[in-house]
Amino acid sequence: MSSPLRTRLREALARAPARRNIGRAMAGLVDKRRAAFPDAQALEQLRDQGQAIRDQALANLPALLRELEANCRANGIEVHWARTAAEANEKVRELVQAAGTTSVLKGKSMVSEEIGLNAALAEAGIEALETDLGEWIIQLAGEAPSHIVAPAVHLDRREVAARFREHFPELEVGEEIADLTALARRLLRERFAQLRVGISGVNFLIAETGTLCLIENEGNGRLCTTLPEVHIAITGIEKVIARLDQLPPLLRLLTRSATGQPITTYVNLISGPRGTDERDGPRAVHLILLDNGRARLQADPELRATLRCIRCGACMNHCPVYTRVGGHGYGTVYPGPLGAVLEPRLHGLAAPGELAEASSLCGACAEVCPVRIPLPQLIRRVRRDRARVSPGTTGRQARLWSLWAAIMAHPARARAVTRTLALLAPVINPALHWLPSPWTRHRQPPQLARETLAKLASEEGFGDE
Amino acid sequence: MSNQHPTVIFFGTCLINTLAPRAGLAAMRLLRRAGAQVRFPRDQSCCGQPAYNAGFDDQARRVARAQLKALEGEEPIIVPSASCAGMFRHEYPRLFAGTPEQAPAQHLAERIVELCDYLQRILGVNWPDLGPPVRVALHQSCSARREMQVAAPARALLEGLAQVEVLEPARASDCCGFGGTFAVKQPDISEAMTADKAGALLATDASVLVSQDLGCLTSLEGYLRRQGAMMQVQHIAEFLWERIASPEAEALKTGDAR
Repeated sequence: MSSPLRTRLREALARAPARRNIGRAMAGLVDKRRAAFPDAQALEQLRDQGQAIRDQALANLPALLRELEANCRANGIEVHWARTAAEANEKVRELVQAAGTTSVLKGKSMVSEEIGLNAALAEAGIEALETDLGEWIIQLAGEAPSHIVAPAVHLDRREVAARFREHFPELEVGEEIADLTALARRLLRERFAQLRVGISGVNFLIAETGTLCLIENEGNGRLCTTLPEVHIAITGIEKVIARLDQLPPLLRLLTRSATGQPITTYVNLISGPRGTDERDGPRAVHLILLDNGRARLQADPELRATLRCIRCGACMNHCPVYTRVGGHGYGTVYPGPLGAVLEPRLHGLAAPGELAEASSLCGACAEVCPVRIPLPQLIRRVRRDRARVSPGTTGRQARLWSLWAAIMAHPARARAVTRTLALLAPVINPALHWLPSPWTRHRQPPQLARETLAKLASEEGFGDE
Repeated sequence: MSNQHPTVIFFGTCLINTLAPRAGLAAMRLLRRAGAQVRFPRDQSCCGQPAYNAGFDDQARRVARAQLKALEGEEPIIVPSASCAGMFRHEYPRLFAGTPEQAPAQHLAERIVELCDYLQRILGVNWPDLGPPVRVALHQSCSARREMQVAAPARALLEGLAQVEVLEPARASDCCGFGGTFAVKQPDISEAMTADKAGALLATDASVLVSQDLGCLTSLEGYLRRQGAMMQVQHIAEFLWERIASPEAEALKTGDAR
């Protein structure tokens, strides 16, 4: 009965320190988001606006991408297209090798996780040095991000210190956050200055102006995009929006939903390489636009809403399943409710599709999504598509539901079964106690009633006329 | 009251039907006490939500079609479960979109009212509390809070009772971990959620746990019993009826039975 997902969830639940750290961090983020949106009506208006901006962009995706490409080129940004993860990795490798280097700076980017960029670069003999503190910590630990906004959220400062000591045995490592940050800054900055290629993600692409918007708190993004000679930005095609004036409402929604911040420390708007009269900035800027299944999502009227996502992570912060198992429980790049609907669309319904089972459909995710992605509906859609296209994994379930329907869709049969259950309750109820089932591992079994509602109702004169 | 003697249709839900028929009966008594004529169509069975949530729409549609037929009419349909009410109200139109039943499904959806919402918001009942003082922990389902937005009327019904102290558990809006088949398909994570919820409910030190959704209650009761907790568990309809029914009231009730 146990699937890989169930095994991972069980293991994640058993990791007490990570569970505690994630639980505490998510509770904090939930509080901060609430405090950041004190006016419910204003929030709903902002969500309307955010959803409209994203929907408008997605409805005109091909045209906007053409406009973006033209304006980026006019600004001196080179635009490249990648249909698949492999194509994107190949393009990055080419660009890095053309720059004549074997080490690159890297800013935090979920798309680079999605395509497995670091591993692909390593295979080509290129070292990618993470500049986001959280990303760097998990890179040292050889782990995957646990959260799309806070990659090392499953670790507390003592665990971070332990990883640093393991990796730099010659250094004195304190356990205070200020010490750890200072150490990381010292170790990383020495190397930053030497590297000639910086790789980053993108939060929004502005078609009208040919601009890449990148927000961050640590300054690492700015280092990656201004210090090196060459800046390579890589992002999904869905990140485009039409106009510059649509950016502020989206940024307000994104930062407040993610961390409760009114704005991040750095908001980078990159509209081209270093100008002739400018003293810093890269000599060349490349933008790689990745499809990797997104055009397919755009073409489906229901699934298109998935692409509204602005990667704030609010759905996972509020998800009772994510809060307890963290990103590693899901075993995917995108965890939580968003991962449950996105991963099966990027990587197929078979194994990633099972993520959709890790939801009680409580709706907490949709309630907070700043662009109103109907996540429970999309989770059900994954379940529906799986039931239809992979009967191998769902065949037994299909037979059970057909049997159930054969009874419940026929009033006489349903009545007969209900009456029989009530009659047999004295026999069935004790049996429920010793029959092994997932339910009775943690709960006493429910007890069947010994009379039916129909009988009680008719005894009291509640009729059917 | 908006109408002197409104006629309503009562939908009992399959869980109440098999596990707690007395809660269903109590709900019908409450409606009658509030002045409604209650019809109980015999051909009803289940709203179809279990199969629908599992992704088996064909099977869900077969069962849902039978409910469209059983619940035909113009009267409001009163549902003692926010979860099943949400299925009828919000999911039937989706489930039947583009089929010949689209219009009937839409019509049914518009007639659906959750029990507490009907009693409190539409009928505006205000009953004297005849029971002893009691501390009640109120658990409100995700469907009640989010999908149907009927958490407030349920709370108001309880708070309208003079001797009832209503206690809300910590992190009240967290899911209890039931989620229908979720509890069986993902027992580990479901248990982790239920354990936290049960802990918060026990921390209120209430003697009774009440909810407008029997699904959550079945799961929570099973967990509380396994823990050996003494907290009593009741559907809100049964709790309310016990508070407002007195011997005289019982006699009155028998008198106006048709």
